[in-house]
Amino acid sequence: MNGLFAIGGAYLRVLFSLAVLLTCWLERGAGAQPTDLVCWVLVGAAVLTWLFDEVPAGAARALLTLLLGVALFFAGLELAVAQTGGEGDAFWAAFAAVWLGAWVLVAFVAEQPGKSGLSALIAPLLFGVTILWAWETAVHGLGVPRVILPAPSEIAGRLASSTDTLWTDLVQTFGRGALSGFVIGCGSAFLFALVVDRYAFLRRGLLPVGNFLAALPIIGTAPIFVMWFGFDWPSKAAVVVAMVFFPMLVNTVQGLAATDSMQRDLMRTYSASWWQTLIRLRLPAAMPFVFNGLKICATLALIGAIVAEFFGSPTYGMGFRISTEVGRLQLPMVWAEIAVAAALGSAFYGVWALLERRVTFWHPSQRGR
Amino acid sequence: MRNRFPALGPVLVVVAVILAIWYVAVIPMNAKWEYDQAARNGRELGFGEMVALTMAQDRPVLPAPHQVVIGVYEQTVGCDAVGRRMCRATTPLTLQGFGERITASFTSNRSLIYHAGITLSATLLGFLIGTGGGILLAIGIVYNRAADASVMPWAIASQTIPIIALAPMIIVVLNSIGISGLIPKAIIAAYLSFFPVVVGMVKGLRAPDAMQLDLMKTYSAAGRDVFAKLRLPMSMPYLFASLKIGIAAALVGTIVGELPVQQGGLGVRLLSGSYYGQTIQIWAALLVAAILAAGLVGIVGMIERRVLKRMGMAA
Repeated sequence: MNGLFAIGGAYLRVLFSLAVLLTCWLERGAGAQPTDLVCWVLVGAAVLTWLFDEVPAGAARALLTLLLGVALFFAGLELAVAQTGGEGDAFWAAFAAVWLGAWVLVAFVAEQPGKSGLSALIAPLLFGVTILWAWETAVHGLGVPRVILPAPSEIAGRLASSTDTLWTDLVQTFGRGALSGFVIGCGSAFLFALVVDRYAFLRRGLLPVGNFLAALPIIGTAPIFVMWFGFDWPSKAAVVVAMVFFPMLVNTVQGLAATDSMQRDLMRTYSASWWQTLIRLRLPAAMPFVFNGLKICATLALIGAIVAEFFGSPTYGMGFRISTEVGRLQLPMVWAEIAVAAALGSAFYGVWALLERRVTFWHPSQRGR
Repeated sequence: MRNRFPALGPVLVVVAVILAIWYVAVIPMNAKWEYDQAARNGRELGFGEMVALTMAQDRPVLPAPHQVVIGVYEQTVGCDAVGRRMCRATTPLTLQGFGERITASFTSNRSLIYHAGITLSATLLGFLIGTGGGILLAIGIVYNRAADASVMPWAIASQTIPIIALAPMIIVVLNSIGISGLIPKAIIAAYLSFFPVVVGMVKGLRAPDAMQLDLMKTYSAAGRDVFAKLRLPMSMPYLFASLKIGIAAALVGTIVGELPVQQGGLGVRLLSGSYYGQTIQIWAALLVAAILAAGLVGIVGMIERRVLKRMGMAA
């Protein structure tokens, strides 16, 4: 933060300080929310932000950032807990102050040296917590009806109280639909890619067609598969197979072509057979592409299974739950289901990303992080 | 150097093989119904007769390719779309008659042109909003470390989660507070095209290496000039790659967004076709959606080639 007027520098701190002053000025004598304590904590936080440039870099700055975080956390918690609905101007001034303060905090965290591991997670987590806090307090403060946007606390409560339903839906949609479709689709595409790779004619003919089909809204085949395979999971798996097949095929075929002629010639001087060349050279070389395809397919699989349920399903499953609970205006349940889907989606993707790191450790994109 | 037009021969052969497999598959898929019919009428069904019948069912399990094409024709400028009176009065074979039918087709809610238009307008509106917002956020991320550290991980993570699950909720909630029609679908299309553009554009704006940035510094170029003359041009290939993903995603989002509230669009054609077992209608809507997607991606690709050529970056 060298330039005093850099974004996230002085401007932001001036805004933050103004919001704090406004809070304390509006709050005086009002008695209710926010309390004097919040006001003084925020003043302290504002002073801390201006001290940042004065202290030496290193442990002192880290400590100052930590103190600022604690102060803002306390102020935010105090504001959220004591909410009664129908808050006045002072509350919203404090709301703005905490929001701006969190922004300054994230800027400070981003300034800290060392971008590896845990510290790289702090800034996005702070941002996420701030968003959740703002959502929570704004929904309560503005009195937003819960059929439009439920508060995060309500969604979390629903998440905890209906684990059984959520688990049944998860097993149905992910375990039966998405996962089996993913395995069948990616597996068959991988095997087919080996065949396609063997014949140059197929490669020249199928790749453009596959590329074309991969860009189409395959999801539209869902009603057809529901008609053919019934409402239960086989139709979902079929949609997933149709969705993941071509991206996987195209990626694998590209990967199998990734070796250069020098490497293949070397294998020939060893008088290696086609199979030996495949297993020792071309499959390992294809792995970055294969994993790229698998990662794309991991996200597509969950999307396919959920959307296919919009076209017909048994009385459980994530897509079914989302569409029926929306109809009953039970939005906390819908959000809970979406939270599960989001966690599931990133976890499934994460598994493949981790495997990729283990398998293709030699690839430039995995080194030097 | 990549060939712009892959050799047409193998592609045509592959397409022909796919069509042939499709035709062959039609026979076993539809045969059961024909045999049931014949048994009910108490008569024998020869193989040749059965094959002919499977190709011309009203509600086939799997329609033959030509049935789908005829379905598209019927539902665009054919009698299904324009109504009986117009059908008698005009012929699609003359230019004038064809024009009249197209015009009538634009407003008929039995016409795929009408429904494709609804889907297309929401897709394009959402795509514009999503792309504009995505580019702005990408610029913010590249120039602001706080935004980079806090927002970028979420933008990347959002690529791995099925955000399309939000679609029914957005539609129904907005509908319940009185916003319906184009806007809710465009919002879904926008957020589906938003994140690919953010991620691609950030990559693109960071594409200049230290050497190039240093060169700009030796020219003592202002930040504005570094952006306009180095970062922005360098980001174009990345932007167009994301735009192609984004517009395909926007179309999918619009189609899914049309499912909960039935107010026209290709998604409605798909869903109503599946309710009433009108398989040809589903396939025809699917074909039109495919043409739409291919057209949109193709147009973006064409603009990409033009722009990159003008900028001297054409591959």
